[in-house]
Amino acid sequence: MTELPLIGEATAAGAGAERSLAGAKIGVVTFPGTLDDRDAVRAVRLAGATPVALWHADTTLGDVDAVVIPGGFSYGDYLRAGAIARFAPLMSRIIDAANSDAKLPVLGICNGFQILTESHMLPGSMIKNDQLKFMCRDQLLRVENNTTSWTGDYAAGQEITVPLKNQDGQYIADEKTLDALEAEGRVVFRYVGFNPNGSRRDIAGIANAAGNVVGLMPHPEHAVEAGFGPEIGSDTEGLGFFTSVLNKIVGDNK
Amino acid sequence: MPRIVVDVMPKPEILDPQGKAIVGALPRLGFTAFSSVRQGKRFELTVDGEVTEEILAQARNAAETLLSNPVIEDVVNVEVVEA
Repeated sequence: MTELPLIGEATAAGAGAERSLAGAKIGVVTFPGTLDDRDAVRAVRLAGATPVALWHADTTLGDVDAVVIPGGFSYGDYLRAGAIARFAPLMSRIIDAANSDAKLPVLGICNGFQILTESHMLPGSMIKNDQLKFMCRDQLLRVENNTTSWTGDYAAGQEITVPLKNQDGQYIADEKTLDALEAEGRVVFRYVGFNPNGSRRDIAGIANAAGNVVGLMPHPEHAVEAGFGPEIGSDTEGLGFFTSVLNKIVGDNK
Repeated sequence: MPRIVVDVMPKPEILDPQGKAIVGALPRLGFTAFSSVRQGKRFELTVDGEVTEEILAQARNAAETLLSNPVIEDVVNVEVVEA
């Protein structure tokens, strides 16, 4: 592996359009209060793609091939987690691109997942953890669907460990929505062994019908590098998210 | 200045973890008469001048789109309060 500086630098949007692995551009959005954008940028680079910093007030996505909406506390979680970020100018562009024929791959992690549900890009919502505590732990997940844009490098049923850290992580939806998600294979990740927040049916992450938009509460971008990942299991079981989308992008452009 | 008050509550079918914690704390202080608590939100929108039907409609629209999330919450009240 090439030596990387500990703090990743994102490039500015714009330059170049070659479609090699490193030419694939993955945008990482920063809102006021976002925490994990630098880790997401680093994960993108470690996977072999070129990270592109996107700002919530931007009015264009540039030529990115995919977008990560990282975790944190956008707008301080005021009103509801993700509720204010949802109306940022860039979110309209992301919603349009995700729903377009091009089906831009979008990954929402933690607060990013909350933003995706507030945007109605994914069904349901998150409320306070059932235990009413901020949970921070290494969490075992099962990959239930490996056909989405973000999970193709995992085996169906594979179990992975990535960090989880949230306060409003209890996924809820009405029974009809939950049944539909199950029937359509849109439950992408489930908590294994311990449900850390009371989420319905142990759901940790879901996808839209097309499989290009995925949201989850745990943090794959914190499990991409040996020595810096979870203390149990492998350190790097989150890297598959980023290599998956990269393979998807390169495959689509062959 | 008149204000428009908007009250938002978690939907009845949604377990309210905050309400559950509060109902657990009440008896520890000797408040034993309450079997259930649900916690909602109150917004006060100040209007410069008169509250017209159009402004009230805007408030209702804002209540449904931004102030509440219809997946988990209901707007239970929108009313004008004179200062």
